[in-house]
Amino acid sequence: MLHAILSGDVPRSKVLAAALALIFFALLLAPFVFPTVNALNVAGKICIFILLAASYDLLLGYTGIVSFAHTMFFGIGAYGVAIVMGRVAPDWGGVLLGGGIAIALSVALAALIGLFSLRVRAIFFAMITLAVASAFAILASQLSTLTGGEDGLNYRVPEMLRPAFRLFDGEILGIVINGRVMAYYLTFAVSLLLFLLLLRVVNSPFGRVLQAIRENEFRAEAIGYRTVHYRTLANCLAAAVATVAGMLLALVLRYTNPDTTLSFTIMMDILLMVVIGGMGTLYGSVLGATLFLLAQLYLKDVMGAASAATSGVPLLPSLLHPDRWLLWFGLLFIASVYFFPTGIVGRLRSLAQRHRLL
Amino acid sequence: MTATVKAATADALPQVRTDRLPLLILPVVMLLALPAIFDVPAWLTLTLAGLAMGMMIFLMASGLTLVFGLMDVLNFGHGAFISVGAFVGASVMLPLAAWMQADSFALNMAVLLPGILAAMLVSGALGYGFERIVIAPVYGQHLKQILITMGGLIVAEQAIHVVWGPDQIPLPRPTSLRGAFIIGDVAIEKYRLLAVAVGLLVFLAMMLVLNRTKLGLLIRAGVENREMVESLGYRIKRLFVGVFVAGSALAGLGGVMWALYQETVTASMGMQVMVLVFIVIIIGGLGSVGGCFIGALLVGLTANYVGFLAPKLALGSNILLMVLILLWRPQGLYPVARR
Repeated sequence: MLHAILSGDVPRSKVLAAALALIFFALLLAPFVFPTVNALNVAGKICIFILLAASYDLLLGYTGIVSFAHTMFFGIGAYGVAIVMGRVAPDWGGVLLGGGIAIALSVALAALIGLFSLRVRAIFFAMITLAVASAFAILASQLSTLTGGEDGLNYRVPEMLRPAFRLFDGEILGIVINGRVMAYYLTFAVSLLLFLLLLRVVNSPFGRVLQAIRENEFRAEAIGYRTVHYRTLANCLAAAVATVAGMLLALVLRYTNPDTTLSFTIMMDILLMVVIGGMGTLYGSVLGATLFLLAQLYLKDVMGAASAATSGVPLLPSLLHPDRWLLWFGLLFIASVYFFPTGIVGRLRSLAQRHRLL
Repeated sequence: MTATVKAATADALPQVRTDRLPLLILPVVMLLALPAIFDVPAWLTLTLAGLAMGMMIFLMASGLTLVFGLMDVLNFGHGAFISVGAFVGASVMLPLAAWMQADSFALNMAVLLPGILAAMLVSGALGYGFERIVIAPVYGQHLKQILITMGGLIVAEQAIHVVWGPDQIPLPRPTSLRGAFIIGDVAIEKYRLLAVAVGLLVFLAMMLVLNRTKLGLLIRAGVENREMVESLGYRIKRLFVGVFVAGSALAGLGGVMWALYQETVTASMGMQVMVLVFIVIIIGGLGSVGGCFIGALLVGLTANYVGFLAPKLALGSNILLMVLILLWRPQGLYPVARR
């Protein structure tokens, strides 16, 4: 049963399985275990970024192409929902309408970029996506009549997801099931479903072709696979999933602005999550996204304390300043590309394998 | 004896036909813009502004494209050298602000030149370290190169924050470079004139080195066929490090020029300019210095013309330009020969 749900791609490491189970149950029970508004927001963000990182891994880890336009699709999803919620109607029809337009736009753009630049070389694709994504980010902040510019958009979401909504009169297991909890479970369910779908995709014959292209493009082409088509299809699929992740973010946050969706910082975050977690395995994005977001939140406090403790020493306090946490993650990123390119998950799996052989 | 050998090689090597078609694009774009703008002084001002912007982008892009041509390495962290150059330049110039504000060309230059030199030196040194530590272990692996150099960019940007603080630094231009010469109705900004002069100087120097010296011959040969140059006994690795350092130093120069143009220095400026730089080297043909020069001027001109004619379109104009050029020549204006 579990084997079928995971599409036969089991963790293959006890530590990894335990970590995944822990994350799964923590997220499943998040509203009951961590009943503060803040914690619920973090849990929702973790779900969304797991999905986003997993869809990016489809490109980076499985197909071996680097795209810098992933946040563009994420932003299209968020803005699609936000604009329709704000201008047409804050109901489920609006979510479907905005989401539908956004997904169509994302897939069309992804196909266009893919067919245009994946033909030549992978490095071309990286540069062109970077250029297109940055142009799109500027465009979104310039078209302020439609997107609200730098300030972004505030809007009402469908009634069921508003904080004032109550599913039941009383409390269930000690908490009130309000709109926030509903929004969280919507995010959780959609993320889980799409994650399992992606797992299915990468373990299908289609996914094997992608991996073949990653390993040896020339050979894959020689066997008879049209690599451009497969890469473009992977690009479109990743774009569509990123768009859905953006839609979820728009529904959970109830505001959308360039900083939360389109900025280059988010793109870097996704890259760090996938690489540190482990490229070429979707479980890597689960661990990567969870660790990264928790670190983003709590490492700052630790670093703040460390910075205060070393206040007498020259340079150390500014190196340990809470805003410099990205410095350490950047170094970790470089180290992980060099020393364990398969990331945490790859490391855990090879450890388990060695253990089994002994 | 030597004469016959010379004659024989001259016969054996067919004259390479220079491809002049891309050269025509620049005048064509300029002439097309003239009736569209319909105002000669404005057109002249915009053209100069475009050329100045293009020259500065060329400074930053030339090293990158050469490094790619020579070693098949695309350094996404190149933007870090731009930022570092700008910050180093600023920290040399700002303590001497009194001289910067003095109304004397000589005093202004006495600050500006050391600032530029320091920026180039530090960026060059940083480039050396970057090549040795970050890039050397991942030769030949494109995916890892992109990731590693991106990581390098993140770390460099954060390190700038550690050293120079998180805020942007205002960097006013020296007094004698402010304002404009007014000739009739045409306003020619002094700083833009300087940028064009510096850009042209660097381009000419580069062309001389590449086409008239042995070093340049080796670099060009290395771009064409690396293994062959190696098998003739030249250490292409060392050559490559030299080119990388020179490219980083030029990025530092471009960074200072750009910072003075914008009159502020921020840690993210390198990354912002990199987008233009990438468009330029794609347009020019990866690895080609001449193509990079034309591409940079083209990007600068289009940005200024379109910004004047239709400000809303200005953002997309560079992407559109890239798409048009690639539809015409899918490998860029001057495709570099690859086996």
